[in-house]
Amino acid sequence: MTSTGVLLQLAQTLLAILLAPILMGWVNQCRAWLQGRSAPPLTQPYRTLRKLFHKDAVIAHHASPLFRFAPYMIFACMALAAGIVPTLANDLPFSPAADVIALVGIFALARVFLALAAMDIGTAFGSLGARREMLVSFLAEPALLMVFFTASLISHSTELPVIVETLALRQFAIYPSLAFAAVAFWMVSVAENARIPVDNPGTHLELTMIHEAMILEYSARHLALIEWAVALKLFTYSALGIALFLPWGIAPQGNPGALPLALAAMILKLLIGGAALALIETVSAKLRLFRVPEFLATAFLLAVLGMLIHFLLEA
Amino acid sequence: MSHLAYLDAHVLDLAWAGVVYWLALGLSALLMRRSHGRLIRLVFPCGALGALFIAVIGVTGLFLPASAMVLPIGLPDLPFHLRLDALSAFFMTLLGAAAFGITVHAASYFRGMAAGPLALLALWYHLFLASMTAVLLADDAYAFMVAWEMMALSSYFLVTTDHRVPEIRRAGFLYLLIAHIGALALLLAFGVLQGGHGDYTFDAMRHAGRTPFWASAAYLLALFGFGAKAGLVPLHVWLPEAHPAAPSPVSALMSGVMLKTAIYGLLRLTFDLLGMQIGWWGTLALALGLGTALYGVIFAAVQSDIKRLLAWSSIENIGVIFAAFGLTLIFYTDGKGMLAALTLTALLYHALNHAFFKGLLFIGTGSVLHATGERHMGRLGGLMRFMPWTAWLTLVGALAIAGLPPLNGFVSEWLLLQAFLLTPSLTQPYLNMMIPVAAATVALAAALAAYVMVKFFGVVFLGQPRDPALQRAHEARWPERLGMLWLAAGCVALGLFPALLINWLAPVVKLLTGHALAHDGNWLILAPVSAERASYAPLIFLIVVAAVVMLTFLWVRRVYHGRVRRSEPWGCGYPEQHARMQDSAEGFGQPIRQIFEVFMRVERDTPDPFERAPRYRGDSRDKLWILFYQPVARVADWLSEQAGRLQHGRIQWYLVYSFVTLIVLLVFTS
Repeated sequence: MTSTGVLLQLAQTLLAILLAPILMGWVNQCRAWLQGRSAPPLTQPYRTLRKLFHKDAVIAHHASPLFRFAPYMIFACMALAAGIVPTLANDLPFSPAADVIALVGIFALARVFLALAAMDIGTAFGSLGARREMLVSFLAEPALLMVFFTASLISHSTELPVIVETLALRQFAIYPSLAFAAVAFWMVSVAENARIPVDNPGTHLELTMIHEAMILEYSARHLALIEWAVALKLFTYSALGIALFLPWGIAPQGNPGALPLALAAMILKLLIGGAALALIETVSAKLRLFRVPEFLATAFLLAVLGMLIHFLLEA
Repeated sequence: MSHLAYLDAHVLDLAWAGVVYWLALGLSALLMRRSHGRLIRLVFPCGALGALFIAVIGVTGLFLPASAMVLPIGLPDLPFHLRLDALSAFFMTLLGAAAFGITVHAASYFRGMAAGPLALLALWYHLFLASMTAVLLADDAYAFMVAWEMMALSSYFLVTTDHRVPEIRRAGFLYLLIAHIGALALLLAFGVLQGGHGDYTFDAMRHAGRTPFWASAAYLLALFGFGAKAGLVPLHVWLPEAHPAAPSPVSALMSGVMLKTAIYGLLRLTFDLLGMQIGWWGTLALALGLGTALYGVIFAAVQSDIKRLLAWSSIENIGVIFAAFGLTLIFYTDGKGMLAALTLTALLYHALNHAFFKGLLFIGTGSVLHATGERHMGRLGGLMRFMPWTAWLTLVGALAIAGLPPLNGFVSEWLLLQAFLLTPSLTQPYLNMMIPVAAATVALAAALAAYVMVKFFGVVFLGQPRDPALQRAHEARWPERLGMLWLAAGCVALGLFPALLINWLAPVVKLLTGHALAHDGNWLILAPVSAERASYAPLIFLIVVAAVVMLTFLWVRRVYHGRVRRSEPWGCGYPEQHARMQDSAEGFGQPIRQIFEVFMRVERDTPDPFERAPRYRGDSRDKLWILFYQPVARVADWLSEQAGRLQHGRIQWYLVYSFVTLIVLLVFTS
């Protein structure tokens, strides 16, 4: 554990936390353009956060301490997740703390706290959202693990830096299994980040909302932390997808000179990825809730297929 | 130092002394059947101390060579053989540690009972503890079966504590029936193991040679017998009936500890007594285990009774343990000793975890039951406001069982998934491809467990009380809280220091597989294979999360403010909202019912739109009960009817029967 490594780790995590809302802003901007609206500025998410932090928190009379604690917990989990995923450099002294399986565990921890907080007030919408969120997640989690398993079977490791090193920095090879895994990963991340076609972040229609139903009772700083955590989650998932499927350009261990190039590559990939997300959201319609299991079962089967292809062709 | 040396030399004597102590305590409870206060304040706390003692003995015994002794009781030519090795010691530790918390809780939980029944209960309770320990110490089939049956009988009487309720008597009978069918299979398994030598000591069985056919027969019988005790599907039906019937500390003991004695027996028989292992045994156990895990968790998700929900969740956890057992066997027979060691570590870890978190959840529901008198989730809710201690401690158990880091459930799940990822190194074709895919079942079961626990905790403790009477719910008393605190602390400690625990499990793993995980002694980071392969550091995890929470909190307060305004809930602005509009337990389970409808038979009573007092009822029943048990019961009925035809009540016919039997026997022997 070198001191530059620790500095790099801290810088990378802080950068992720600070810049995550921009990615959200970029996706919203692209979406507005594609839908023919005039786009909000790129910094709109920051303004919203600032506004929310300044407001007085309004909390239901009988809210328990769990309700007030949950936003901090969710934010902390997402910050930890952002610290584990290699974004710029592959040299993360912090990464032995959690591998990809533990990463899935971190997301699950945040989700369970959000679902519990949603049930805390005891309104019809909160428990509805919690139930739907847990439904989506128990279908998405095995698929996500299968995607990670495929990647880790290729690299013989569940450590993210080792996986990235194998895929990006060692010898160049084409893995057909990863193509399947990538599609499955996209489907899972759409579901986990509450985007169209699984959930619509812009809706408050009771028949369709999942994530929004859970955070209905939150306001002010608590809502701000949750919104920030959501942006951070989108960023982490994007970084994870890039690290697994498009890792080229990341700075190898002990080579800080490659960092500027890595930063440029990262920004480019995120710009393209965000635009692609907006495009897909614009051209697809939201699924009915009970079509979501089919959607995620498809993701799961694709991931399993990827794994079998790995055994048949690559092992 | 000399005291420790004494402990080391006499560890088996002391373990047996613990058993005798519990027996004596149970019997002395009968003498105090008039003094309620002494039973509560003396007998149960003394029982808890005994549990702590057994746990200490277990920890000591882990690192000592096996010791054996012969007791001059039992049959004339077959005295009781006792033996304490690392495997027994591990399960003794599990028993003692879990039973300590549960018994402390029990001391307060049973305070409402009248002195007479309480004395009987104390007798069965301590007999139950003693017989479970005796099962772990037994070193011959006779002593094992005596202890095993004592365990079944004492727990039967504990289950039927409220024997005036007909349903509880029915549940008790079902439990007794399946326990005895299982015991019969075990008796046959030991019969096969002794191989015609007539020597029923485990030592003789270890050295007796046997053909693969007879070894397989013994293994299958043992799988059936121990599976019936553990709750392996399709022998699980007694669990969801017996657990709700039993008082909560008893459910906690049965689920947390007694099911583990079956795991102990299976490990002992397969790895120690049989002397040979065959690959397909593992595949069978793996398939059964995965099926059980999935089946259990799906049914847990649709339950409305809190204890029934926990019972189904125990079935799920047993399934995970059996899957780990199967995988251990597969690795072991394939000559991958290190991987077998890893999987076995995951198995033992999960068994220990389950004892802690399931014990915690059961006694937590016991406190809820005490405070509200209600077991149906549809009439609970909002208890976090009235019982904060119970709620927060139960939350620890719920998060742990949902397999969330940094608590203990995640560690064993993580180890098991790592083991699944190592199967490509197997030499058997197809198996090495199919098993990683089967890992998805474990992942699905774990994710569904999180669903179940959000339902359990959210419906019972969060939201608004669904019944106005819940406003009067009182917090658990101090002994109950202490019991829960002990088990919750166990969940946290087992979650935070896995690397230490793995070193501690090493003697058991080495005893059974001949290998131990090569751990580099870094207590912070768990890296069972190598640091490049996989690692997990829960303590760092916890520190980072706690630090970020603190920093964010301080930053928000410092830069902005901490002002709060209280008001009515928003709820999308609908004017009239009340507690019945929250998700009920049935409502929360509805998606699961819809997705997994093939496994269950759903009975719905939907109200007419014009009914004045509409009532909706949706009941999801176990399809196996209809597809498997009812036909079996019909066949048994039919067979007994046929046998009944032999009985005419006429003496002539009976004389003819005797005569024919005599002739047939003469023909056989000549």
